[in-house]
Amino acid sequence: MATQASPLDTPRAASPGTAGMPVLHMVIFAGLLVLGLIAPYVLYPVFVMKVLCFALFACAFNLLLGFGGLLSFGHAAYFGGASYVSAHAAKIWGLSPELAILAGTGAAAVLGLAIGSLAIRRQGIYFAMVTLAFAQMVFFFSVQAPFTGGEDGIQSVPRGHLFGLISMAPDRNLYFFVLAVVSIGLLVIYRIIHSPFGQVLKGIRDNEPRMISLGYRTRRYKLAVFVLSAALAGTAGATKAIVFQLASLTDVYWTMSGEVVLMTLLGGMGTVFGPILGAAVIVTMQNYLATFGDWVTIGQGIIFVVAVMLFREGIVGVLARIIKRPL
Amino acid sequence: MSEDIILQASGLTKEFKGFVAVSNVDLTVRRGTIHALIGPNGAGKTTCFNLLTKFLQPTGGVIRYNGQDITAMQPADIARLGLVRSFQISAVFPKMSALENVRIALQRRRGDSFDFWRSEKVLAGLNHEAAALLEDVGLTDFSATLAGELPYGRKRALEIATTLALDPEMLLLDEPMAGMTQEDIDRISSLIRRISANRTIFMVEHNLSVVASLSDRITVLARGEVLAEGDYATVSKDSRVIDAYIGVGHG
Ligand SMILES: Nc1ncnc2c1ncn2[C@@H]1O[C@H](COP(=O)(O)OP(=O)(O)O)[C@@H](O)[C@H]1O
Ligand SMILES: [Mg+2]
Repeated sequence: MATQASPLDTPRAASPGTAGMPVLHMVIFAGLLVLGLIAPYVLYPVFVMKVLCFALFACAFNLLLGFGGLLSFGHAAYFGGASYVSAHAAKIWGLSPELAILAGTGAAAVLGLAIGSLAIRRQGIYFAMVTLAFAQMVFFFSVQAPFTGGEDGIQSVPRGHLFGLISMAPDRNLYFFVLAVVSIGLLVIYRIIHSPFGQVLKGIRDNEPRMISLGYRTRRYKLAVFVLSAALAGTAGATKAIVFQLASLTDVYWTMSGEVVLMTLLGGMGTVFGPILGAAVIVTMQNYLATFGDWVTIGQGIIFVVAVMLFREGIVGVLARIIKRPL
Repeated sequence: MSEDIILQASGLTKEFKGFVAVSNVDLTVRRGTIHALIGPNGAGKTTCFNLLTKFLQPTGGVIRYNGQDITAMQPADIARLGLVRSFQISAVFPKMSALENVRIALQRRRGDSFDFWRSEKVLAGLNHEAAALLEDVGLTDFSATLAGELPYGRKRALEIATTLALDPEMLLLDEPMAGMTQEDIDRISSLIRRISANRTIFMVEHNLSVVASLSDRITVLARGEVLAEGDYATVSKDSRVIDAYIGVGHG
């Protein structure tokens, strides 16, 4: 039997009434930015850029799963699809990196609109299956289509000059550009979550029939968040293609869809910062344990099982519960 | 059709794979009244609500709201016409605070909320009104509590506040007082009476003393069919109604 609890010992929902970003979130974002600025001097920049791209990918995925309540099992289609478009735009059309990334983002949005408008007619596991089925179609298209280069992918993608001016060939130069792209992406996601639209999303996630009974045409909102999530996943994939100068089948393969689910669950779905941590943990594991070959996959499998069994809320979800603040 | 009829269903029927849950039901709800729908468990009351608000598609029949045929409409659009339902199973948004629960209904006034680029600060203007609605149902102290953590009776009260936030012309309440303490029942009863001043209320309720004191008119449903209709005195004396309640057991 719950009693008249004082506001102090009940977890607060994202500070109703108070405006703007909670101080705690500002501090965490500032801390992450400082880390991001120091990292390339301590760690291998290309590795950190990989973490950044996957952090954005996982946060984009979490926007759909954690805030829209929609489990897509085909997000590789937008991540990988955008990386092909970005690589093609940079290499064949000779676009500068920022325009190549924009092209990839736009292509992912269009793909998201096409697939999303069909998928949102289904619920739950059927939704996941439809997204997976379409992602497999994108994969087979990528194997067959001439412009993707089949098994070889698109190689030797030029990093180009930012705005046609600054050479992105040195890792450090490219690094700060990637840091800027990912930071903007994360702030956009933060804003989406904390907008009037984001409130509607949370309502749909919590109780869709109730939202319908309040007069919300929920399908349109689900489609909108699907497109936003696909576009931002596209930004991540498009950026990764520029960093690695490569677009390949790995990024459109279904295992990539699985990895982003794992990152999000491990870090904490429905949290703001969880997917960033989840991505960092998984990418680090893959990188430093690469010499162990198949053991990495097994390690990931074990992490997945442990995460699902022990902390369903993910690492950051557990932390948020302990400090009784949304993270 | 008469001016003072707000909701009318004729021949309303719902079949679930051969099982007829609602059979050829005629319903007429007059504007400004409190109309109760009662009947034993499994009679088809919730199914009727689902049909009237189009959460289920009727197998047969026509539904008119304010004279307009709404039989083919989408549920969200029916809510937009001012016909708003609550749910038998407590329907709150568990991970949002009580205040946010009410505010999301008030937010409908902005029209659509596709503005993902704007800060949710723009919703703060609705907080005052949301707080007033919470006060109406005795939830002021719980304003910042997550709805999922409220005790059952408080959840029902929150649900009513959320429904009222839309200022609907007509409310469909499915067992609004189930699981409430007597104190809550008294508060919600008087709230329903108060809000009924300029609204129509159609409610399913098992608590017969509440039904007797609140409703102007009662429709009794049993096995998907209308058994009797009239005011409380008439209906409670009807031998078929008494049989139906005794025959099926207390529900
Ligand atoms: N979606 C459904 N599928 C199959 N049978 C259903 C469904 N919904 C309700 N029923 C059946 O219809 C009958 C009426 O249910 P309901 O309307 O919930 O009754 P009440 O609200 O009067 O207790 C019950 O026998 C129930 O099992
Ligand atoms: Mg019922």
